[in-house]
Amino acid sequence: MVKIMQQTYKNPIYPYTPCRELKAEEPLHHPVIIVGAGPGGLALAVDLALQGIKSVLIDDNNTVSVGSRAICFAKRTLEIMQRLGCAERMLEKGLTWRHGKVFFKNEAVYDFNLLEESDHQVPAFINLQQYYFEEYLVDRAAEFDIIDLRWESKVISLVSHENMTQVIVSTPDGEYTMTCDFLLCADGANSQVRKMLGLESKGQVFQDRFLIADVVMKAAFPTERWFWFDPPFHPNQSALLHKQPDNVWRIDLQLGWDADPAHEKQEHIIRPRIQAMLGENAEFELEWASVYTFQCRKMDRFIHNRVIFVGDAAHQVSPFGARGANGCIQSAENLVWKLATVLKKQAPLELIETYDIERQHAAKENILNSTRSTDFITPKNHISRIFRDQTLLLAKTHDFARTMVNSGRLSTPCQYVNSPLNTPDEDNFCSLLAPGCVPKDAPIFIARQQDWLINHLGNQFVALISYKQITAMQQQYLETLGKHPLLKLLVLCPGSVNTKLPENVTVIQDAKGILAQRYDLQNGTTYLFRPDQIITARWRQCSAEQVIGAVNRALGFELTGPVSNASSIHEEVII
Amino acid sequence: MNLNTQANLSEPDTFYAALTDVHRQLDREQSECVNARLILLLANHIGQMDVLNQALRIAEDIE
Repeated sequence: MVKIMQQTYKNPIYPYTPCRELKAEEPLHHPVIIVGAGPGGLALAVDLALQGIKSVLIDDNNTVSVGSRAICFAKRTLEIMQRLGCAERMLEKGLTWRHGKVFFKNEAVYDFNLLEESDHQVPAFINLQQYYFEEYLVDRAAEFDIIDLRWESKVISLVSHENMTQVIVSTPDGEYTMTCDFLLCADGANSQVRKMLGLESKGQVFQDRFLIADVVMKAAFPTERWFWFDPPFHPNQSALLHKQPDNVWRIDLQLGWDADPAHEKQEHIIRPRIQAMLGENAEFELEWASVYTFQCRKMDRFIHNRVIFVGDAAHQVSPFGARGANGCIQSAENLVWKLATVLKKQAPLELIETYDIERQHAAKENILNSTRSTDFITPKNHISRIFRDQTLLLAKTHDFARTMVNSGRLSTPCQYVNSPLNTPDEDNFCSLLAPGCVPKDAPIFIARQQDWLINHLGNQFVALISYKQITAMQQQYLETLGKHPLLKLLVLCPGSVNTKLPENVTVIQDAKGILAQRYDLQNGTTYLFRPDQIITARWRQCSAEQVIGAVNRALGFELTGPVSNASSIHEEVII
Repeated sequence: MNLNTQANLSEPDTFYAALTDVHRQLDREQSECVNARLILLLANHIGQMDVLNQALRIAEDIE
């Protein structure tokens, strides 16, 4: 990394504090230990805390990300952050762009305007430096007594047993040993834990080097995403420019696998390149720069005994399409409610296996998409380059070719359509929100107050039920469902409701008719959402038994194989 | 939908002549570019992935 002073952001230094293990005579046992306080580890800890599960989160450093790194956070990530209670600061600080330009050689091929669907609480994405994203999560984590965040603590060895894991941690005060039911590894692409266990993340053989630089512009510059294919200032490679908060612009310059990182990192090599890219009159300060490599790879299995891998440690993608950090947060969310219900003995141990099933599917999809972008950006042979270049030339005048220009597809959430946790559709719906899909937000009213559907989904199972009016029969039905300890009910009912309803029923109204339209709601239609907000079942008409059956199915009670009663989980984990 | 491999061109000789005429003055790389553009334009016109897949399977079988 180049020694350039970062002017717009000063990394916070988090204090190391000695922990009680250092004085303990025997290793202390914890339900969950998380390795790595990056976006994934922090999201895991906060989400577990919302479920009432204690965790010890250790990190070998004492600050957030050095350098901007991941900068594009997509809608699904922001919705998850909303549920975790830290989206507000991210949205306030982050910025969005809608316009972009694509250049090929020395000319602009076309402009685009991202037209996103309206009536969602959070935007399609924001640009925000990873250090802010992490800092806000660290602050949020500090609000929970049950998150034990330990800086300057490094795992130096571990032993993985069938039912528990023992780790040895090195700190400034020496080493200590602790054990846990579950060890969650979110320690990045070069995961040390993965190496210690002799496990591999296997790649499609794809390698490239990129120079990333953050610059501060001294004059106004349009808030657009500019992408160059084969630009005159950087022949045969690609370049990307987009804006971050604090007037910082991110520049990604493809260097190729043969480039010498030590040479490329020098300021006198970087500056003229950026100058050529921004134009000779642009004045800028270099804020931060780094050369990085990437691979598209993943582990064959994300779960080994009671060690579970999350984020880049488990699956790594090329940066095009912002699928790294966004995929990581979705993996974290997928795991937490499963782990929590198993630890609380509300679900069989087999449920955790579905983290591997669902997120392997997502990792494959992310790798496929990011590899396709990378193959378009860096054609692999002569004829691929011909097709790529001709697609770009046709795009100047022909609309169809623009859809094929691939400089990274915006990260969209994976659909777990074949998940064994889903209750398959039996009724016809005029909505694509099938079991396995993430929900779509919509504006609602609760007690005449404006609100959003997404704010009332998650953390537990939620059934959304649409009624024209609440009759005595429906009241009785709601009372039956209302007794389920893991279920919350949202009842969409247009008029005022005078009947007395159970405590876990919230009555909502459709603020603009958009909710009914997006979900194709009719009288009696019911959607069941998992604690991670994923839709897991839907019916036109259903009985209380069907809803409870679908909850049990989503909890893993119908998975094949012997159903464990999770008896090997320690008693003290439930707080 | 199935790829139509029955005779469908109203003027097969005229099309064949037009196709080769386009390439007459071109070097090899220019011809590759023209062919690529032609494939992209026609593929978009067809639009259906299953039809395109059938065409790709027949085309790749160069034995």
